[in-house]
Amino acid sequence: MKFVDEFRNRDNALSLAKEIRKIGDLRVNLMEVCGTHTVSIFKHGIREMLPEGLRLLSGPGCPVCVTPASDIEKAIRMAGLNEVILTTFGDMMRVPGITSNLETARAGGGDVRVVYSLFEALKIARENPDRKVVFFGVGFETTSPGIAVTLIEAEKEGPGNFSLFSCHKLVPPAMKALLELGEADIAGFICPGHVSTIIGAKPYEFIPDKYHIPCVIAGFEPTDILQAILMLSRQAKQGVARVEIQYSRAVREQGNIKAQEVLDEVFEPVCSTWRGIGVIPDSGLKLRGRFKRFDALAWLEIPEIEEKEEEKGCICGHILRGIATPYDCPLFGKTCTPQDAIGPCMVGAEGTCGAYYKYGGRRQ
Amino acid sequence: MSQDKILLAHGSGGKLTHSLIRDLFLQRFKNPILESLGDSAVFGIDKGRMAFTTDSYVVDPIFFPGGDIGRLAICGTVNDLAVSGAKPLYLCASFIIEEGFSQAELRDIVRSMKEAADEADVQVVSGDTKVVSKGSCDRIFITTSGIGLLPDGVEISPLRIKPGDQVIISGTIGDHGIAILSKREGLTFQTEITSDVAPLNHLVSSMLSEAKDAVHVLRDPTRGGLGTTLNEFVNNSDVGIRIYEERIPIREEVRGGCELLGIDPLYVANEGKLVAVVAKDAAERILASMKKTIYGRDARIIGEVVHKPRGIVTLATQIGGTRIVDMLSGEQLPRIC
Repeated sequence: MKFVDEFRNRDNALSLAKEIRKIGDLRVNLMEVCGTHTVSIFKHGIREMLPEGLRLLSGPGCPVCVTPASDIEKAIRMAGLNEVILTTFGDMMRVPGITSNLETARAGGGDVRVVYSLFEALKIARENPDRKVVFFGVGFETTSPGIAVTLIEAEKEGPGNFSLFSCHKLVPPAMKALLELGEADIAGFICPGHVSTIIGAKPYEFIPDKYHIPCVIAGFEPTDILQAILMLSRQAKQGVARVEIQYSRAVREQGNIKAQEVLDEVFEPVCSTWRGIGVIPDSGLKLRGRFKRFDALAWLEIPEIEEKEEEKGCICGHILRGIATPYDCPLFGKTCTPQDAIGPCMVGAEGTCGAYYKYGGRRQ
Repeated sequence: MSQDKILLAHGSGGKLTHSLIRDLFLQRFKNPILESLGDSAVFGIDKGRMAFTTDSYVVDPIFFPGGDIGRLAICGTVNDLAVSGAKPLYLCASFIIEEGFSQAELRDIVRSMKEAADEADVQVVSGDTKVVSKGSCDRIFITTSGIGLLPDGVEISPLRIKPGDQVIISGTIGDHGIAILSKREGLTFQTEITSDVAPLNHLVSSMLSEAKDAVHVLRDPTRGGLGTTLNEFVNNSDVGIRIYEERIPIREEVRGGCELLGIDPLYVANEGKLVAVVAKDAAERILASMKKTIYGRDARIIGEVVHKPRGIVTLATQIGGTRIVDMLSGEQLPRIC
């Protein structure tokens, strides 16, 4: 497969791993912020190729996992309204809310439909003019510009029975929150490649500037990730810190200006709750100005819902903050499995616990 | 126009039911056992052990590149018998049809079933038809049950797996699941991806003729794919399986489709493939016998049974790493068979 096989070349991967080892004894933690990186690292067996002292921590980069239980609960309440068709991505169906999850809400008679895009949700709205169609939107800067463009279109052409429940989030504020918490010992960030195609390199610059921690924006193929680890290790060894772009075939320094403009036209940053981390200033996206008419929360009567404590024993919060791994969790692989998940990190396709369970095993 | 559609009366047991049986099913499946039209099919068998199985087919769409629900309903049950080591003999087919279903499509499905049955050398000797009101089922569901005879000396069981055994896949993986998904989602690729749906009993019989005792276990990796099947072999056992990513045959377009859809081909359904675990000293011979058959020509040894880690499947990745291949959890793609 062209443009993929080149980045899965065994010789290149092995020589990168060798270069990393050559740097010598480096006992540091690197954090991959993005869930897609976590999965790729596991899927290709990258951890086993790294020297022992070099540890990879998974960060808060699975949108499904960081959506708070109270927001899931609001979606469940929306689905319970007769006039509503709730549409969302398949991943959201089994994430635990406060009383249940969307799958259970659907089994109980709620009209919940899984879609692959907002376009599909709009189509459902056109086909059901007498119902209110809500799109429960989650995702980072990679998905939100697509949502914004669709809303700009919908503003011109309708339909009028459509709204968005925006739980979209922004990545750099969450990285800042982790650093401000100061709990995790992070010597370098593998920054998300797709998010960075939109936002570019600049939004990460505060990290080397203020915290003196190197950042490398990386692609998702195994040699991309190995190269990013090599670049971070070199920075760490030399004692320097700057933002570098490994994923230069997709990411430009300034990002995608058009996408940024569209995002800015439709959304504005807002305080947002992250599951396991708490409230982070300016880390969510809410509809702005004339787009407020698409706001599901303004359109439907849904009460405020108090945030829920995680299940007893569940350490998803610690995992999302990079201070624990799933193997530290007493529930992992025992009572909490992908079939019967207790914590959000076990549910999402890119959740850290799910990746450990699926590719890393139950730690023998 | 109503002539072209299946009506509730076609399932009522009256005149229309009889004409459907006579003009379609009997004419197509033509054989003396079915033609007796008794309440049961009556036939004699040789002495020995029998295999008996059943499966229901609800695939959506019912016609897909490389096959249709009819071919699938025959092959699926034939393959369940074949991978038990049995020679499939007789099948029974039950149809649940939604009112208003096209008679022409039903004829196409039944013709396709007959072709698959002929290819597998099995006879459809019994059946049933029910028609349900519109909305009570999605167009057509088919259940087939099958009976087969186990030759003496054939012992197919995961309990026979031992370290050193070789793991063979009969051909490329993921074709069926991706063919269905791309048709359903309207995805098009440069080359059309076709389902691999096929009867595997002749392939199995050539393997067993080559080295009957050396074939320790066989299974068709349908729902859940290769990854789930390998786990079924070793979960709760004292051995493990190690496979090599670069040896697993996969069509370029299927790999591309999986990549695009974010799906792991190890968990994508196949309908014309089998996985075999065979004794090491006979592995090359068995592989050669497979390669001589139409549905085994791309067969490859993809791994081996190992002492450790036990109870799990590990994959040596293309880039030189190692990871675990777990069972599929949850439903990756609904209604693929």
